[in-house]
Amino acid sequence: MLTVLFFVVLAAIALWGVGAYNSLIGLRNQVQNGWTQIDVQLKRRHDLIPNLVSTVKGAMDYERGTMEAVISARAKAMSVQGVKATAEAEGQLTQALGKLFALMENYPDLKATSNVRQLQEELTSTENRIGFSRQHYNDVATEYNTKQQQFPVNLVAGIARATPADLWVIVDDGERAVPKVDLGSRSPGA
Amino acid sequence: MSAANLFAQQAANRRRSGWLVAGFVLFFAWVGFGGDYALYLLTAGAPRGAYHHAVPFIGLLTTLAAGALCYFSWKTGPRRVLLAAGAWEVVTPASPAQQQLLNVVEEMAIAAGLPRPTVWVVPDADLNAFATGHDPRHASIAVTEGLLQALDRDELQGVVAHEMSHIQNDDVKLMTLLAGMLGAVALLSDAMGRFLRSGGRVGGGSSGGGGRNGGKGGNPLAAVVLVLWLFTLLMAPVISRLLAMAVSRKREFLADATGAQLSRHPEALARALEKLDAAAAPTRSITQGAAHLCIVDPAERKVSDREGLVGDVFASHPPIRQRVARLKAMAFQQAKRDGSGLPA
Repeated sequence: MLTVLFFVVLAAIALWGVGAYNSLIGLRNQVQNGWTQIDVQLKRRHDLIPNLVSTVKGAMDYERGTMEAVISARAKAMSVQGVKATAEAEGQLTQALGKLFALMENYPDLKATSNVRQLQEELTSTENRIGFSRQHYNDVATEYNTKQQQFPVNLVAGIARATPADLWVIVDDGERAVPKVDLGSRSPGA
Repeated sequence: MSAANLFAQQAANRRRSGWLVAGFVLFFAWVGFGGDYALYLLTAGAPRGAYHHAVPFIGLLTTLAAGALCYFSWKTGPRRVLLAAGAWEVVTPASPAQQQLLNVVEEMAIAAGLPRPTVWVVPDADLNAFATGHDPRHASIAVTEGLLQALDRDELQGVVAHEMSHIQNDDVKLMTLLAGMLGAVALLSDAMGRFLRSGGRVGGGSSGGGGRNGGKGGNPLAAVVLVLWLFTLLMAPVISRLLAMAVSRKREFLADATGAQLSRHPEALARALEKLDAAAAPTRSITQGAAHLCIVDPAERKVSDREGLVGDVFASHPPIRQRVARLKAMAFQQAKRDGSGLPA
């Protein structure tokens, strides 16, 4: 009788373990998939930037410094690996792009061309997609991290080789807020 | 929305869908076999050689028909809703506005972690939008042309986020089921009405026969069953519509809230709702049968503006003012949390 009970309890524990293990694996795949999604959007952003620069180059010759900052930030963002380094490099690219966008406000003629309008819509959408995929990635990564640390799932976490996933932390405040355009110091068309 | 919360919502919707199907089956069983029972009781006392209702063919017929109708409307429902509204699918965008719509839907799909639903445009000057589909991975979002023209990017995003959360919460499944059943109930009620009118003469004859040997017949149970049966048949379309509206009203508040969590911009949806409210013209392309899918009631904004009992029972949507107020409260909370001051 006692042996039967023993085996029943053992089977229940084993079943629970399998379930916990599988849910951890499922979550890990979701985290990886979330990261892939971010990567897709980042690639889209990197592909759009040369296009943007070549389109506005002629009209915005005076802002050469800003454009070069964008180009170098892009090159750096494309070369780094890993969540933390990528987050930092992309953050810098976001800032450089924000500056360029803000300056573009000073060129109403440039903004009015359909080519630029289209490009700007694509870039706006890309920035949003990066933001939303980051939001989604952070959500699933947080869930994964919480699950593997909570008792009793943490007993299985070692077997599933679950390690906490890095969150994409927004490094500085400039990126968190929409860049504020200071039109006072610069006359339009300058 | 946190994943646990989302799963709870989806589970609740699955439960609701289950109850709905069960209630529907019971209703059809009652309409079918209840009729048979009433006829059986009525003809039980009839003389030898007269008609005896022994085989419950009404029940068998309605059950079969209901099953077939449900399956058919479940399979073809989403597509029929879109086609009935005259919507066409945006495959390759022909204008900047359409490109923006595709982009916004893609963005919200990313935020929800779902594949992009198909995008449709309804050629109507009024402002409205709806989502339909079978499950989160097979869904569609439709907006009117008027909406595309009147809203800016942020507001469009708010509306699409609202529809996206209907998809994410599995509301679309519940609504597709509900729409199919509404149609089936209306059809059944109509068909039964015709059947009774044409069969009334036969029934009158036999009850006249029952009256002649009324001493032992005149079954009171039969009369009660018959009256109850007729009553449910008459009330069914009304009750099922009220049910659909009650379900829809609850889902709207939730979709506003989860939509705001997807877009992280409740204020934009509030602004969009105000614009939708101001454009008070009815959305003619969208029939009343699809009203419970829309972001604002396509027919009479008047009923949904009324608060209190009338609005609670007869409107498919909660009052817009109330929705806007809740969204603005969320925007205020968000601004306070971020410390970035009040939204403009």
